[in-house]
Amino acid sequence: MKKQLGLASLLLAGTVLAGGMAALAADSLTIVSWGGAYSDSQREAFYKPYAKETGVAITEEEYNGELAKIRAMVEAGDVTWDVVDIDTQMALQGCDQGVFEVLDYSKILPPEKLVPGAQFECAVGNIVYSTIFAYDADRIPNGPTSWADFFDLEKFPGKRALQKTAFGNLEFALAADGVPHDQIYGLLRTPEGVDRAFAKLATIKDQVVWWESGAQSVQLLADGEVAMTSSWNGRVYGAVKNEGKNFKIVWNGQLPDFDLWAIPAGAKNLEASYAFINWAMNADHMAEQSKYISYGPTNVDALPKIAPEVLADLPTAPDNMKNAITLDPQYWGDNGEELDTRFNTWLAQ
Amino acid sequence: MTTLTPAATVVPSIDGVPLKAKLRRAERKRKLQAVGLVLPLFLFIVVTFILPLAVLMFRSIDNPEIVSTLPNTIAALEDWNGEGIPDEPVFAALAADFKAAQKSKTTGLVGKRINYELAGTRSKIISTARTVEKLESGPYKEAFLEASDIWGKHETWVVLKRAGNPYTTFYFAAALDLVWNEDNELVQAPPQQSLFRDVFVRTFGIGITVTLATLLLGFPVAYLLATLPTKTSNLLMIMVLLPFWTSLLVRTTAWVALLQTEGVVNDLLVWTGILSEPVQLIYNRFGTIVAMTHIQLPFTILPIYSVMKTIPSTHVRAARSLGAGPFYAFWRVYFPQTIPGIGAGCLLTFILSLGYYITPALVGGPTDQMVSYFVAFYTNTELNWGMASALGIILLVLTTMLYLLYNRLVGIDKMKLG
Repeated sequence: MKKQLGLASLLLAGTVLAGGMAALAADSLTIVSWGGAYSDSQREAFYKPYAKETGVAITEEEYNGELAKIRAMVEAGDVTWDVVDIDTQMALQGCDQGVFEVLDYSKILPPEKLVPGAQFECAVGNIVYSTIFAYDADRIPNGPTSWADFFDLEKFPGKRALQKTAFGNLEFALAADGVPHDQIYGLLRTPEGVDRAFAKLATIKDQVVWWESGAQSVQLLADGEVAMTSSWNGRVYGAVKNEGKNFKIVWNGQLPDFDLWAIPAGAKNLEASYAFINWAMNADHMAEQSKYISYGPTNVDALPKIAPEVLADLPTAPDNMKNAITLDPQYWGDNGEELDTRFNTWLAQ
Repeated sequence: MTTLTPAATVVPSIDGVPLKAKLRRAERKRKLQAVGLVLPLFLFIVVTFILPLAVLMFRSIDNPEIVSTLPNTIAALEDWNGEGIPDEPVFAALAADFKAAQKSKTTGLVGKRINYELAGTRSKIISTARTVEKLESGPYKEAFLEASDIWGKHETWVVLKRAGNPYTTFYFAAALDLVWNEDNELVQAPPQQSLFRDVFVRTFGIGITVTLATLLLGFPVAYLLATLPTKTSNLLMIMVLLPFWTSLLVRTTAWVALLQTEGVVNDLLVWTGILSEPVQLIYNRFGTIVAMTHIQLPFTILPIYSVMKTIPSTHVRAARSLGAGPFYAFWRVYFPQTIPGIGAGCLLTFILSLGYYITPALVGGPTDQMVSYFVAFYTNTELNWGMASALGIILLVLTTMLYLLYNRLVGIDKMKLG
């Protein structure tokens, strides 16, 4: 009897402790993003002022977009991340698999305030970024101008760096192979199209260094390890602006995409997560972020508030958009995981 | 004289308790103390090593996804003759299972599991489940066939039935590049999916190369350490140990700075005119082996050194005085005595090398990644823990077999750490 009492009181103490911790946790949020210059911009524009204004302590974590990590948390019923910055492929796949909460836009902002395409069922676009390629103009004076040049090892000798994902690389390979940009996804929906993209990638495979984090891509270029690299435009912009590098972005064939805020299913502080997203989607706060990194805002009211000298460096600037590849997020939502598996096997062979 | 009663054979002590019982009590106390001292370590090993290992082994054959999510379908498939595609009752059972799965949000599990064997089906299964969820009543067969073409394929049902077993050898087969074909026969995986045999060969190849490199570089160093005067050898010892005390990650990153195309080594070689232009020293096999050899050197050197330290210098001198040349004396007298140390050092380095993950990931290319990389990849990125476990167990078994072979050839009792 005494033993049972002891056990019961232990359980009780545990419950009280857990309850107390949950109450405490509402005063802090764990926000996960992609690190490097991008996380820096979010820290300056969002985390610091938000903590100051509301008293909510923000814990930052970094990841490289591993949806599986979030899925593991959700499946184990122990979700420690409150808000996650994700990409469109994850937004679609994660929503299908019940990894993210279905968003209640009345707690964020009216969807008509968003730029077209930024509204997803389980995630809301927070910036427009673009996958581009860049080179160091100090090393290559008459630089490459297209993906065909990127794949041309004779015209522009030297190593290349590409992101270690199927995403983007398949599009770029087909663009380099002469496929008109508006036919790329039609072709990729056929097995022959995917084979053709892999075959084109194989022509430069032994000359490619594969990067996994955005910071790595600019580092490889800065070290002179590669002649050109694919990257996210804000990372290259950061290296130019903050480190005085003479990197040039090739906008021709850029692949604009959204980064989005999402809440893992079963996150412990749902209301606090919404409150943060709502705050970060505010036009003024969003315009603030573009001071630190050249990513476009998704709140239409934020566009007029952006400094004109920054505008030209955004992926959405008319000059930059001229020959962009229009992303088909559904294609990656449907086929992303299979293609990533095939890509990783192909790499290691 | 009194007769001896049995009680009299017990030697009584002063307080009347028999000595034997007292002795036993004291023994027991000491035994308990010993057990008490060992217990924390024992429990630690059980909790942190044996239990996880058992769970890991179980994970590699555990196959709960389909059994727990689609129980009615699996039961209905019992009666299927395995020809063509099943009839309405199976489809109705699948519809009922999907409806339940949609409620408990477990459709994703089914999609994930079937997708391992039939790439490209995950999204189709999930979208079918969504369509079926909205259906009030049958017939379901038509609805399924309309929702996705996979349900009209014989292959899908073969896979579904096979995946319905609570245990599977699928992960082990996949880790050895084997797959089941449509007729349920185990065959070689197509070349674009075959990977792991190469990876295992690669892992052991890198392990052997690194072991030989550390032996070639480390043996003379160990000899110097053991034979130089204490003052000099202490300094040398610090130089061996200093990197040993530095974080593995730091040492690996240092190699990136040294070996990259515009790094220290290339700059030096070009500056001195040995090379006309920089060569590729990193993100390939060369960089991997160099960095791993550097990290493993102390593991090979230290056991050899401690064995050499015990070899009396008089042995070689005796051989020389008996007329042996310097090489003959070394080879026939000195070297054989160092073999237990070489065995210990090389085995240590070889087995540690097999588990390398972070170094090849940072200084190697995609074709230099070893088994551990794929274990991490399946654990963290793909979240396919069955596959990660199967790869880990195969590596463990192969390593154990090599260890036993070593024991058979050299004898583990001959191995010395000093």
